[in-house]
Amino acid sequence: MQNRRFFLKRGIAGLLLSASLALSSPGHAAGKYDPGASDAEIKIGNTNPYSGPASAYSTIAKTFDAYFNKLNEEGGINGRKIKFISYDDGYSPPKSVEQVRKLVESDEVLLVFQPLGTANNIAIRKYMNGKKVPQLFVSSGAATFGDPKQFPWTMGWQPSYESEGIVYARWILEHLPNAKIGVLYQNDDFGKDVLKGLKIGLGDKTSTIVAALPYETSQPTVDSEVIKLKASGADAFINVATPKFAAQAIKKAYEIGWTPTQILSNVSDVVNDVLKPAGLEASTGILSTAYLKDSGDPQWADDPGMKDFYAFMDKYYPAGDKSSKSNAYAYTVAQTLVHVLKQCGDDLTRANVMKQAASMQQVTMPLFLSGMTMTTSETDYYPIKQLQMKKFDGTRWVHFGKVISSEDLQDTHKP
Amino acid sequence: MTIETSIAEQPPTTTTQRAAVAQLQRRPNARQLAIAVVCLGSTIAAPFLVSNFLIFQMTMVLVYTIAILGLNILTGINGQLSLGHGAFYAAGAYTAAILMDRWGIGYFWTLPAAALVCFVVGFLFGLPALRLEGVYLALATFALAVVTPQLFKLSPFENWTAGVTGITLAKPDAPFGLPLDQDQWLYLFTLAMTIAAYVCAHNLIARRGGRALMAIRDNPIAAQSMGVNTALYKSLAFGISALYTGVAGALGAIVLQFVAPDSFTFSLSIALLVGLVVGGVGWLPGALFGGAFVLFVPNLAESVSKGLSGAVYGLVLITLMYVMPSGVGGLLRATRAFASKRYD
Repeated sequence: MQNRRFFLKRGIAGLLLSASLALSSPGHAAGKYDPGASDAEIKIGNTNPYSGPASAYSTIAKTFDAYFNKLNEEGGINGRKIKFISYDDGYSPPKSVEQVRKLVESDEVLLVFQPLGTANNIAIRKYMNGKKVPQLFVSSGAATFGDPKQFPWTMGWQPSYESEGIVYARWILEHLPNAKIGVLYQNDDFGKDVLKGLKIGLGDKTSTIVAALPYETSQPTVDSEVIKLKASGADAFINVATPKFAAQAIKKAYEIGWTPTQILSNVSDVVNDVLKPAGLEASTGILSTAYLKDSGDPQWADDPGMKDFYAFMDKYYPAGDKSSKSNAYAYTVAQTLVHVLKQCGDDLTRANVMKQAASMQQVTMPLFLSGMTMTTSETDYYPIKQLQMKKFDGTRWVHFGKVISSEDLQDTHKP
Repeated sequence: MTIETSIAEQPPTTTTQRAAVAQLQRRPNARQLAIAVVCLGSTIAAPFLVSNFLIFQMTMVLVYTIAILGLNILTGINGQLSLGHGAFYAAGAYTAAILMDRWGIGYFWTLPAAALVCFVVGFLFGLPALRLEGVYLALATFALAVVTPQLFKLSPFENWTAGVTGITLAKPDAPFGLPLDQDQWLYLFTLAMTIAAYVCAHNLIARRGGRALMAIRDNPIAAQSMGVNTALYKSLAFGISALYTGVAGALGAIVLQFVAPDSFTFSLSIALLVGLVVGGVGWLPGALFGGAFVLFVPNLAESVSKGLSGAVYGLVLITLMYVMPSGVGGLLRATRAFASKRYD
């Protein structure tokens, strides 16, 4: 009897134990978690300007939302669903601080993904690093977001404006070694960072920049700057301007009969918004850079990565513009996040997220141009450091030459 | 000046004036005291009861409250319409940020500095603004609000303002080893400043200076013929109003640990004006309701609909203006009048 009772007890206990094990672990082992992650879901926070002056960018967050919906329908990441929480900051830094604190303290997200805007990201950076919450793949090209020594919880994603300048300098040194360079740049962090990169890239040949003229976004036109650049005798024109001013500059140069080699910042490489208004004839032959396939360009219609993107847009974000650069960008950066979270496996702690984000090895994405990869390390927080040159042939951009890297020259010690 | 003093110290003549002054000067009764004690107690206890995020939001409400108090002195009490108080808020914020960042001055001492700078700026701006009335003044202040963020971006000032990227500040710890975390301390610090600001504003308008300001609002010609130096008082109102808003800006910079030109766009000025109208023009406690509106209603609108948050915000505002056309202050007055009529 004694034995039987003992056996029964043991047996029931064993049954209960195995039942509870079976219930608690449907398919995967129990993981290590920080707030915002569990066996069932991963909470991801985001701020975006749904209202205000930069609300055109909100399509980026809408693409994220659509992409995570797709992912969840397909089973999530290692069995965990993504819960994407995105708030409006109206492009106002104080509002970003408030919304990010809400994400971290009230919603308890695992990480904050792609908050948009240079000033907005600087505003929250100290807080994020103090709280040790990843501020992952920030949506800004400012080179300051790649400083793991001071801010180990903040990482950029897109090629920095500085690296764009470095790439232009390298291309000029190789192909136009005797060029006299004239630069038009927007007088803010974007324009100044590209100019700085240009100078870094030129190294001891900085004196080949014969003129560098800033303009303010409040100016009505940049005509007088273009005339001065022509007068300076420059035969290579680097146009570091946002779309409206870039188009004005291209048009003015054409009108006054100035025909330098023209390089256009990839911020303004949009055919419909910049090159067409400037005049297709005036724009023919302009050079720029890219790292993504242009979803508005028919040359990629049969590309498998692009086909997937179109299918995704049709099904999950039909209101979105398939040819928009922002949507292709958002799709790719969301895939990068998914890559990092997959790498984390069952260790979904904030420290491991940063560790995995900082150990990407030659990772490529479907919409990357061929040869483009992302590599990061504990000391390198710039995922994309390469760009490929492209030339406008009068109807579309033609990519040419090899991928140019800015890797060895990036300066991580920013104020 | 002597004439003006003697006139202003004479007892107010009309019955409405007498009633208004009596309301400002009378001693609080027991019930009012009890309400005040309960309010004060709960506001002091609040940071120990709620989450840090809510404490932070309440701190920002208080910051906006001080800014709206300042706007109330100018618009509500003195009758000068300003669409540009975001500029004074920005000036205060940058004063604090530059002093802390470039010269390592303690955060507490940046407040008097911001107050002084903004008083001078406001007073000086008030001098040319004397020639402008109503919508024309609104337009001039509007220009000020639009220009200010651009000014902070200009390259000649960049050594100080750091251009578009802005200045990041350190968050102050509680002094004297008090067992408070940073958010709790900042809340209590801001609360103390708000109470001080409110008491000063209340005393200001309860005395002859305040009567002179109101007289200018109600009938500038009559005020002038009574011997009130309207030019001086209007400029002073501008200066004091800017001082309040500047202190709020400095506090805001300390609480948010960040200033950048894009933090102080024209929409901030509008938000302050909306807060003033919602709280009640000319009614000082309304500033608190206005501050809460400025902070919480956009969040509420967003939670209703992300894409249409602007429309929802507008709808809430229109509804409020229909339900209580003279703000929270007017609603409370109407409620009190209704109640006393019923029980009398």
